[in-house]
Amino acid sequence: MTRDIAVVAFAQTDVLRTTDELSEVEMLMPVLHSVLDRTGLKTADIGFTCSGSSDYLAGRAFSFTLALDGVGAWPPIAESHVEMDGAWALYEAWTKLLTGDADTALVYSYGKSSGGSLRDVLTRQLDPYYVAPLWPDSVALAALQAQALIDAGDTDESALAAIGARSRRVATLNSHAQLRGSVPQGDYVVRPLRTGDCPPVGDGAAAVILAAGERARELCSRPAWIRGIDHRIEAHTLGVRDLTDSPSTRLAAERAGAFERPVDTAELHAPFSAQEVVLRKALRLDDSVRVNLSGGALAANPMMAAGLVRVGEAAARIHRGESDRALAHATSGPCLQQNLVAVLEGEPR
Amino acid sequence: MSKEPVAVVGIGQTKHVAARRDVSIAGLVREAARRALEDAELTWADIDAVVIGKAPDFFEGVMMPELYLADALGAVGKPMLRVHTAGSVGGSTALVAAQLVAARVHGTVLTLAFEKQSESNAMWGLSLPIPFQQPLLAGAGGFFAPHVRAYMRRSGAPDTVGSLVAYKDRRNALKNPYAHLHEHDITLEKVQASPMLWDPIRYSETCPSSDGACAMILTDRAGAARAPRPPAWMLGGAMRSEPTLFAGKDAVSPRAGQDCAADVYRQAGVTDPRRDIDAVELYVPFSWYEPMWLENLGFADEGEGWKLTEAGVTELDGDLPVNMSGGVLSTNPIGASGMIRFAEAALQVRGQAGEHQVERAGKVLGHAYGGGSQFFSMWLVGARPPQS
Repeated sequence: MTRDIAVVAFAQTDVLRTTDELSEVEMLMPVLHSVLDRTGLKTADIGFTCSGSSDYLAGRAFSFTLALDGVGAWPPIAESHVEMDGAWALYEAWTKLLTGDADTALVYSYGKSSGGSLRDVLTRQLDPYYVAPLWPDSVALAALQAQALIDAGDTDESALAAIGARSRRVATLNSHAQLRGSVPQGDYVVRPLRTGDCPPVGDGAAAVILAAGERARELCSRPAWIRGIDHRIEAHTLGVRDLTDSPSTRLAAERAGAFERPVDTAELHAPFSAQEVVLRKALRLDDSVRVNLSGGALAANPMMAAGLVRVGEAAARIHRGESDRALAHATSGPCLQQNLVAVLEGEPR
Repeated sequence: MSKEPVAVVGIGQTKHVAARRDVSIAGLVREAARRALEDAELTWADIDAVVIGKAPDFFEGVMMPELYLADALGAVGKPMLRVHTAGSVGGSTALVAAQLVAARVHGTVLTLAFEKQSESNAMWGLSLPIPFQQPLLAGAGGFFAPHVRAYMRRSGAPDTVGSLVAYKDRRNALKNPYAHLHEHDITLEKVQASPMLWDPIRYSETCPSSDGACAMILTDRAGAARAPRPPAWMLGGAMRSEPTLFAGKDAVSPRAGQDCAADVYRQAGVTDPRRDIDAVELYVPFSWYEPMWLENLGFADEGEGWKLTEAGVTELDGDLPVNMSGGVLSTNPIGASGMIRFAEAALQVRGQAGEHQVERAGKVLGHAYGGGSQFFSMWLVGARPPQS
């Protein structure tokens, strides 16, 4: 790479079960103002803007066009949008900065899952001819994955319960998290997954500012340099995948340089407890790595923003001097079909 | 900072029709992708990443269809990005793919855009529920007709200009085997006699609803050197966005379009587009947008665009041919329409446009727009690589 690019600021909303009183623009505006305030930048100073969201969550076509108004987009801006989690919007912005066409980028994403029944809505992601008509929901698919792991001897129900409990315990330190503290593991939702193995359904938004080279140093006292970032997708059909493994995560991590030196911190986007088991294995994370100190997706899983939040949380730890080398992971699709890995570093102190 | 030059070495389209009932969505996109690979004489293994675009997911009723399409597009084990920037998405998707090459993140990228409108009903897909939109817009034509009216009033254009554009584009489409509408008995009188839908827009001055996909293979300098056929080189590309509605918006000639074109021209060293650019594939879903965009993009002074159309300058054998392929007026798989403009521009400079090829196509502009004339994406391609 010929150009160093860093995350220089991050902001997120509190994640809430419902936000009936807020439009998407109203949910986004405070986050956009907050992230800009952290750098002193104004919208007009930003070289490129990229966002991520999903029309299906909003329940209407072109929903992002209304949200764009929240940026205050006048005069016209260089701008793009991915119908994906904001982590992929960050990837697009990163490539834009690599070309030298811009020195700063604003990245944001949001999702209001409360508008419908998320488990039903996510079935619309599946093969529309053969699978979607059967309406297999997201929890049922995750349960297949969890059962495959248990059958393979990779985990058991009590180990999964411990992941949920730990996530919500550490989330007591995260004021934005939706579920915090002692949350009962609960009854089975779909065997072997209990309530505590599943993410809360919530609404939220996040925003990040990227900057290149000297600009990053001007805007942030300790920029989180993106040392590598890569993403990979796997086959869609569950029957042709080994659900106990995540080769796409491993490959993305390899390409992002994650295995070159150990990381001290990892933010994993694992909406279901069993997925943390899969990701830890694929990413070769041992107990020396602090995983999901934010509480992760089991404490707050705002659709389309949760992946960007992982990058933001990892970067914020570097900004605060709590990490020197952090890994951030985002996922999309059923049972970890698509995965992104970013490696962030702070300069030596 | 130097960017890697980006070349188009493969182009594939499906035959665009009202309903492709013989293929699934996956079958449709694979058809276009395979044709692009064949054109480039490459295999799936040569592709480093896939960038896919389409307009709203509601048009087919599949949420984030790139997940389901990963297998069909040979993307398994590779990076796959999904772009969505409303009607401009086909263009934006190509630009995001080009950016991966320009940034030297990937060497060879497959980019594809599609719409299979027959799977659903685009009219319903576009009918936003109250309170998000006022209830009386009656589709895209209802939204754009007042802006056409404003253009006619401001420019003094005679009301015959729109039908001239439609007559020209539908005749051009007869020379393009992939175009949706092939109206062999088209006459100017038939266009003028077609029913008035949204005054001043007549039925024959509107785009059809199509099923179709368009794919391109973009590659770096090394990839271009290996290409079996002449590549098209990207000389400039840009996107610009502005809000849909706000006090002071010029809906006839949005500033985002002007700024986007200016950025492309700056990158490509174009100082006089009318002189320096040989042909244009414009996003014209309603005929009157040809003269409107000619002004917006600097090919004519304000109020003068219709004179180019009326004088025959934009005809296939004119001095500045516009929509040689038949344009959006003849083929509109919405999410793919922008990429078709970009791909047709590339076909022209490669000399591969067949019967609708124009002579001296050294530099050709591809243009797309979306939303309420608020999202713009454009690229300028040339037969020779960029200097520097």
